[in-house]
Amino acid sequence: MTNKEYSNLVKKHTPKVNHIKSMSLAFFVGGFIGLAGQFLIDFYVKILNVSISNASTYMIVTLIFISSLFTALGFFDKIIEKVRCGIIIPITGFAHAMTSAALEYRKEGFVLGLGSNIFKLTGSVILYGVISAYIFGLIRLFVIGA
Amino acid sequence: MTIKYDNVYVEGTSTVAGIMESEGPISKYFDKTYDDYYMGEKSFEQGEIKMICDSVNILLKKCNLAKEDIDLFISGDLINQITPSSYAANKLQINYLGVYGACSTSVLSIAVASSFLQNKNINRCICNVSANNSAAERQYRNPTEYGTPKPDTSTFTATGSASILLSNNKSNLKIESVTIGKVMDYGVKDVYNMGAAMAPSASYTINKHLKDLKRSIDYYDLVLTGDLGKYGKEILKDLLYEEHKIKLKNYEDCGCLLYDLNKQDVKAGASGPTSSALVTYSYIFDEMKKGKYKRILLVATGALMSPVMMNQKLTIPSISHAVSVEVL
Repeated sequence: MTNKEYSNLVKKHTPKVNHIKSMSLAFFVGGFIGLAGQFLIDFYVKILNVSISNASTYMIVTLIFISSLFTALGFFDKIIEKVRCGIIIPITGFAHAMTSAALEYRKEGFVLGLGSNIFKLTGSVILYGVISAYIFGLIRLFVIGA
Repeated sequence: MTIKYDNVYVEGTSTVAGIMESEGPISKYFDKTYDDYYMGEKSFEQGEIKMICDSVNILLKKCNLAKEDIDLFISGDLINQITPSSYAANKLQINYLGVYGACSTSVLSIAVASSFLQNKNINRCICNVSANNSAAERQYRNPTEYGTPKPDTSTFTATGSASILLSNNKSNLKIESVTIGKVMDYGVKDVYNMGAAMAPSASYTINKHLKDLKRSIDYYDLVLTGDLGKYGKEILKDLLYEEHKIKLKNYEDCGCLLYDLNKQDVKAGASGPTSSALVTYSYIFDEMKKGKYKRILLVATGALMSPVMMNQKLTIPSISHAVSVEVL
């Protein structure tokens, strides 16, 4: 049997993924987190009298804290299994990736374990995040002006 | 390559298993279960060493033997440089051979031991396999607490350790023959579809075994594969028929027997060297002793990949070894 024929046989026995369902789930869960973020900002601005720019920072810190706490308590991965990418794409996913790596490698010590592995999953996000910030910054500079 | 044996017998077996396995349908056949992935130790890897030692000690106790009665300890697992096996061997202080065949290690160790026993180089040998889901998960995939949505074809590394004591002393279970497989690669790259990657080698080994011994598939009351899972099982059935015109009837996959696939969240089923060993050494051997099966063929399927090779975009080669066990 050739590799091509075999790949057709495998395809026959592989369950189809419902992309529409996954995408709409991600859309609504992601949207809900955005909504929760907006509520948090309003809460900080209206109830605690914080400035809007500070309030968004506080909102991010709150979401990071909640997802890190849930990761450490051991059930954030179970939430992800249910609601999928909707919760991975926002800042909650980033915090979860860092906390889970930190928890995992703590056993190998603070320097060689935790220190050198905490960015294991998020290193690429930071690297390419910074690079794309530069690229878009340059585009903005040349198109719109400083 | 098929080798026949006439003086290799199963003197005893022992199985210890993790939390998910203890919630599965065959949990009552295990000698001991643990309620977390640490087994009372500091890390997952150290927990695995504990499981190997426990499994061997339980086996010795069940057979009324001391360490000194065992000539050789053959063991393998999934962790880099098979360290859990080697560290356990250091604790056990029995002459040791470490072997690696990924998920095919269970039958690989039986093949090595049987040849020593057949030649009367040794009299008793313990073959062990082990895996800890969390230790394997962090090595092959992501940190254990990191959640990623996995496709339905992915499998779940079974936690536990299983030992089998083989000897020249006659018992009611006989290792009749072993077929050593070839590495096969049909171009599968998807690490979340190991069943598809391993089915070609299972197909090769089953056909080779039957041809070498001039047997038909009906000779066996049960054909078992190690860890092809729900979907890999169907692929193997089609592949065996298309390639060799062999129709699998009395066929099961250990990966589908270890868990309740409808209730437990393990996707396509169990995987790892423990999948075949935990199911066969406990539940299947028990059924054989009760008289349900007289002759079985266990085909342990192994995917010989590593995260490094996968990141370099290589395909997944696989190997399967088969052992035929008969009730006397």
